[in-house]
Amino acid sequence: MSRARIGGSPNRVGGIGRVTGSQQYVADIRLPDVLEAKLVTIDCARARIISIDTTAALALPGVRLIMTAADLPRPVPRFGPKFHDRPVLAVGETNYHGEPVAIVAAETKDTAEEAARLVRVEYEELPAVFTLAAALDPAAPLVKDPALRPNDPLAGTNVIREHHFGWGDVTIASADVVVENTYTFPMVTHFAIEPHAFMAAPDGAGIAIWSTIQHPYVLQKTIASLLGMPLAKVRVYCPDLGGGFGGKQQPKLEPLIAFTALRAGRPVRLVLTLEETFQAVRRAAVEIRVRTGCLSDGTLAFQDIESNFLIGAYVEDADRVVEKSNYMACGPYRVPASRIVARTVLSHTTPSCSMRGIGTPQVTWAVESNLNECAYVLGLDPVEFRLHNLARMGEAFIPGDTPADGRWDQVVHKAAEMIGWGSPLLPGRGRGLALGIKSGPTTGLSYSTVRLLADGSVIIFVGTSDMGQGARTVFAQIAADELGAPLDWVTVVMGDTAIVPYDQQTSASRSTVLMGNAVLAACREIQAKVRGMAARLHGLDEASIVVEHGVVRLPGRDVPIIEVLRPGLGPLGGELVGNGEARKDADPSHPLSGAPVFFEFNCTAIEATVDEETGDVVIVRHVTVSDVGKALNPLQVTMQDEGAAIMGLGHTLMEQYIFDEGGRIRNLGAIDYRIPTSMDLPLEMLSAIVENADGPGPYGAKGMSEGAVLCVAPAVAAAVRQATGVAIRDLPLTPERVWRALRDRPIP
Amino acid sequence: MHAFAYARPTTLAEAVALLEVHGPEARLLAGGTDLVVRLRDGTARPSVVIDVKRIAELRPAIRQVGGHLVISAGTVMTDVMEDEQVRRHFPALVEAAEVVGSVQIRNRATLAGNICNASPAADTAPPLLVYGAEVVAHGAAGTRRIGLDEFFVRSGETTLEPGELLTAIELPLPARRMGAAHVRRTRRRGHDLASVTLCCGVDEAGVTRIAYGSVGPRPVRAIDESGTLADSAAPADAKAAVFERMFAAASPSPRSMRASPEYRLAMLRVLGARALATAIERLAGRERP
Amino acid sequence: MIPTYPIELSVNGRRRRVDVAAHHSLLDILRDDLELTGTKECCLVGECGACTVILDGRTVDSCLVLAVEADGAEITTVEGLAAAGQVSPLQQAFLDRGAVQCGFCIPGQLISAHVLLAGNPHPTVGEIQESLAGNLCRCGCYEQITDAVLATAEEAER
Repeated sequence: MSRARIGGSPNRVGGIGRVTGSQQYVADIRLPDVLEAKLVTIDCARARIISIDTTAALALPGVRLIMTAADLPRPVPRFGPKFHDRPVLAVGETNYHGEPVAIVAAETKDTAEEAARLVRVEYEELPAVFTLAAALDPAAPLVKDPALRPNDPLAGTNVIREHHFGWGDVTIASADVVVENTYTFPMVTHFAIEPHAFMAAPDGAGIAIWSTIQHPYVLQKTIASLLGMPLAKVRVYCPDLGGGFGGKQQPKLEPLIAFTALRAGRPVRLVLTLEETFQAVRRAAVEIRVRTGCLSDGTLAFQDIESNFLIGAYVEDADRVVEKSNYMACGPYRVPASRIVARTVLSHTTPSCSMRGIGTPQVTWAVESNLNECAYVLGLDPVEFRLHNLARMGEAFIPGDTPADGRWDQVVHKAAEMIGWGSPLLPGRGRGLALGIKSGPTTGLSYSTVRLLADGSVIIFVGTSDMGQGARTVFAQIAADELGAPLDWVTVVMGDTAIVPYDQQTSASRSTVLMGNAVLAACREIQAKVRGMAARLHGLDEASIVVEHGVVRLPGRDVPIIEVLRPGLGPLGGELVGNGEARKDADPSHPLSGAPVFFEFNCTAIEATVDEETGDVVIVRHVTVSDVGKALNPLQVTMQDEGAAIMGLGHTLMEQYIFDEGGRIRNLGAIDYRIPTSMDLPLEMLSAIVENADGPGPYGAKGMSEGAVLCVAPAVAAAVRQATGVAIRDLPLTPERVWRALRDRPIP
Repeated sequence: MHAFAYARPTTLAEAVALLEVHGPEARLLAGGTDLVVRLRDGTARPSVVIDVKRIAELRPAIRQVGGHLVISAGTVMTDVMEDEQVRRHFPALVEAAEVVGSVQIRNRATLAGNICNASPAADTAPPLLVYGAEVVAHGAAGTRRIGLDEFFVRSGETTLEPGELLTAIELPLPARRMGAAHVRRTRRRGHDLASVTLCCGVDEAGVTRIAYGSVGPRPVRAIDESGTLADSAAPADAKAAVFERMFAAASPSPRSMRASPEYRLAMLRVLGARALATAIERLAGRERP
Repeated sequence: MIPTYPIELSVNGRRRRVDVAAHHSLLDILRDDLELTGTKECCLVGECGACTVILDGRTVDSCLVLAVEADGAEITTVEGLAAAGQVSPLQQAFLDRGAVQCGFCIPGQLISAHVLLAGNPHPTVGEIQESLAGNLCRCGCYEQITDAVLATAEEAER
């Protein structure tokens, strides 16, 4: 029983369904009468659509409907979180390899596939841009029509936004040493093992949508807006996802499926192939030039950063990615002066979106690598160099913003100790270390309803989506603890906008803090009602009673809540309902629309060996330490951190999109896009946490689950540098890249 | 996938007859680990798929016949890896079979299918070439043997005639003691297609055989009978010269996604040297397990 | 008309008869015809292992097996690893050791681990990692999955 309490590691709620195969993911749900859908795409990135001939496809028995842009309302509806730029179907032009131009709905998957092949699209390839250099060229073809960007000084460019952050004056800041380098990070994709899946069904005057969506209420709002329906008539079902990692946050094909279902008058189902997911979502690629100034004693003098993020053809949340991650580009240090110019650059490629760590892994790759270089140039120990400049708890490291909210020095010390920093290295080995910091959510709104039933069991309603991070379990633990119920007496209801109250979204590691606080508040409301019951039952003053952790503390004795609840409810029975809200309103004066609720802070230390003949990098020991405030479920925390660390090894060592000259992705699918397998693990993986109960969430928790992915790459590169003497500034560190760098290194 | 018909012959004669009837419209199905992928991506569009797994003569079997170890066409990688005779006589083939995909793949992929698929990167080809394998082909005209060094033409193409299928792979039991090693280059430690795959065998007469793949349209075998490579005391530049001659046939495609031609050619030399060293150790019985 | 072929196979101990098109995979008929949706669909090229099942005692990627090939075969899916309403020690260990996050790869992992332990009751960490290398986990649970398999092996020994 104590294992279920906060700080215990009870088994995952919902785990049984996952190990028995009974859990229904979206693709497992079959509705009677459902039509199977298949997207029609062309083998070209940017093209003018001349004609679409559906005659042969429509003639196939079992084909019920084929939709093109011509079958949608005029003008073709567009959507997107900030820029409503993504059309429900390509209109006159495709803008990336894999953009749907039509959709087929048929009685069977086979028929839909065959019909999709029979749709004849006549098109003309257009000049396009697929790289930063091409996109930023003054003569580049434009992804977005300037006519759609009135009053925008950047309208004649592919830069959709240019952000300026910073403080002080870097032009006059003096430094003894200036280190300037340019770093690149490739396009990588989320590769959740569950491909995106969508289903829509007309539902009376409204519509029901099933989706592998991380933000069900955002989806609800988008669909309601596009279809012109009231929110109350749009029901979004969001079964637990098979992995999200940011690639399932925003609506993508649900609007198309919704229109198709309404037109067909029947449910329509679309499950993407893995290849289609690569075409649908990715992380932004970057090129970042970092110019760091230091004094000779290692004190940071300035950071001058120019950051170009190559996003896709539609903005989605990519500009938010750029803004949020670059705002914090200077990292968790005292930096007297900084200038950050961050550009969100459109290209005719897969729309990029948030991916674990938002844009911070990319920025951290550049900035932390450059700091390691500074330490090297100055002849300083990289750990000492970090500690010397690290913001202390309570110190504002971005002027005017949320100060450092943790004992980050403890994190660094712990990581250094665990890697054996400073101890003798075997020949051919190197060690590297890096820090990562990411802003948590900057606004928030989560509601939760909790029902304490007559027998002491509990039902909680939470609009968070559980994609493996274990939200379900943590909320159940909170309720179990606060209301004194055994964990298996708590039912968690998620994933249905008709039943569960509003939650802003599931991202930015927010849910334990924001939704957790909402659950806590709902429980506290119930506790207040219990206190009133106890007062009436025992003829006491309410002020003399405390209700906490499932216990009613009367003067002189404690009783479990159930012993007040039963007599309190009386023969009619009933239940107690509590509602909780966690809210952080937007602050329009803040560059991010709000100061961070908390920071995720991580220190990663790596010991590696390099086979200099082949370029193979073997991670001998991987240490990852995160500041989590309070681990409500330590096992889940470890799982998330180690999982994030392994994902970080993916983009560090092996992941990248490979394009041809025409902007077509060559390595679509699992054969030539490599992610870590069980045989690609570090020889030793060690994770730890720092807990000082200094977070804003329940019991002092902070959000976590992204920290461990942030600084893997710079730590590995630093280890490679120490082992071989070679600094590599482009990812991934494939054997070939490392081999090349070794081969090209200047002879001393 | 496009639809197709399915045939399941139970005798070799039936299978041959089906091939006669359907010609290029038919594809043979063994493990399916190559064919099903092609069926799905549309690069194979047969009207009929002929499943060879129920053909009595092709049932999985590894038998010594005369001076050969005969591996039937239905034998999968897992069987090859675990067979005591293969492990004893042809350990480098075991090493290669062990890296063909994952356990799930190895439980289905046949050695015969791997060869007939004729990928230049087939990991089993180099050891089979080093060990002097022959394949047995059977068609309407009867049975013939083809040396593996004359089997591969280019990716996806072999010297099998239309209407022929491969029924067995025959490995001559070694007349001389040999030490052999299989090595390869991949992009990760987990299962992967090779960017270079190589086997080196050194026998007690000092003959060195090196076979390599994924650096040209087909796997290549080269032999050094001078004894230079097998001789640990031979000068480095003499060995280098022999290697250069043996690797001269390598012509990796610049179109490959997996590795550049430069890297592959450099790795050929690195792997060649490493495999040679291991082969020599194994020949001497010195290698620690 | 696309020809169909009648096949008979045993799935989780139960004899099933299905008429299948030749181009449908074992994965297709398990999920669509037999409504056993525990086995998952992901890469469809035999790389990720989400579709792993046991076929005649060996693990296979069911996406690469045509349904017709499974005629006469004995198949076990994740649903067959324990009696209804129960979990096997391996499944319990996965839960206890934190080996399950999003869960999508888990049916395949369990099948691979189950067969590994059946043939090798005392696997080393290296053997576990190699046996399960064909089961990708993007949540990165590999360490915990290995722990769970080791724990199950140790428990069985007792």
